[in-house]
Amino acid sequence: MSGANLQADSFEELAMPLFDQLYNFAHWQTRNRQEAEDLIQETYAKALKGFASFQLGTNFRAWMYRILRNTFLTSRTGLKLTMTMPLDAEEGGLEPVERDTPETLLVEQSNREPLQSAIDELPVHFREILILCEVEEMSYQDISETLSVPIGTVMSRLSRARRTLRKRLRSQLQEGAGSA
Amino acid sequence: MVCESWKAELDIFLDGEATEEEMRAFDAHVRNCASCAADTLARVQMKRSIQAAGKRFVPTLEFRRRVRMSIAPKPQRSFGLTWMLAAALSLVVIASSFSTYVWIKRTRGEQAYSEIADLHVATLASSSPVDVVSTDRHTVKPWFQGKIPFAFDLPDLQNSEFSLLGGRMAYLGQEPGAHLIYAVRKHEISVLVFQEGALGGSLTDGSAAKKELSFNVATWSQGGLRYFVIGDASAADINNLASLLKATS
Repeated sequence: MSGANLQADSFEELAMPLFDQLYNFAHWQTRNRQEAEDLIQETYAKALKGFASFQLGTNFRAWMYRILRNTFLTSRTGLKLTMTMPLDAEEGGLEPVERDTPETLLVEQSNREPLQSAIDELPVHFREILILCEVEEMSYQDISETLSVPIGTVMSRLSRARRTLRKRLRSQLQEGAGSA
Repeated sequence: MVCESWKAELDIFLDGEATEEEMRAFDAHVRNCASCAADTLARVQMKRSIQAAGKRFVPTLEFRRRVRMSIAPKPQRSFGLTWMLAAALSLVVIASSFSTYVWIKRTRGEQAYSEIADLHVATLASSSPVDVVSTDRHTVKPWFQGKIPFAFDLPDLQNSEFSLLGGRMAYLGQEPGAHLIYAVRKHEISVLVFQEGALGGSLTDGSAAKKELSFNVATWSQGGLRYFVIGDASAADINNLASLLKATS
């Protein structure tokens, strides 16, 4: 087998197990099936092309997510979304827990729709970090590598994402109670 | 550490980012603090809910197959296998070409026999089968001078049962040729002579007369000319006349 084929073989073995989770992440990013498929296709093509530069033994998952995210950010949808992304107040203290929060009631209802809707409405930089942490269960270090930001930024952005999500959920609950 | 400090770092503990020592201290505090325990429970529920809600989108099997195909290693044939395939392909092409050549040649041959039979039948059915009426070969042969682009000899029929009735022009494949009529008992036999090139080499010489469309036919090539002897006489008669012609030419 040639060197190129050996490389493609190894890449397939490493990359295909990540397919479902990468697709889920891509769809959350783009919020559109067709765009998600295009994003995945391009990510895999770029990753295969650049696989020679990947050092075996290092974090392949973070490497793939980073390629996907960079590809997304340079796409039309990504550029549009990042232009509206607030860059200030990135750093900040961690938020204390609020007691008797209404979102806990939503959560208890085991209804995924309000939560999915609330996640969907989050700004892309909050949405992605929340998915990476809660859904993909990435460590702060992996998230830091994927997003190319310091760990301190990961922690503060994650905290802000969670707080914003709680606010959205509370708002949804109030709207629901008002219309009932 | 007071409760507010614990709560401020609750996410770090629940995300599994605290050290073992910090986790032990946190665990000990939660066991004795109802407020922190309740907050921890709410956060854990929230994390689980986000995780469940976040696993929302599933790629189609078709899309997965497409991407897998696009990154799969390309199959590579070995050098030897490539040559074997090329050789096999060449053999197939050669065999196919040969079969086509044989088929075309056979088809053309059958077509030529069919046309010869048509000439024979049409001539005999004509009210004037021959344009030069003579039993004398020295009269018939000169008649073709200037009419056909070649010359041929006619056999001396003395001491044979054949007799010459005459001759006429014939055309095969737009090429002019000589058409001679002989008689044997009550049968009339056509002898047709053309340049070999007129038939494109589509015929093979037969050593004896054979049946074509129920006529007996003998054909051969001699001196760049193609001879046909055709009629409803017996194969022996056809062969005898052919032998006389061969001996003369």
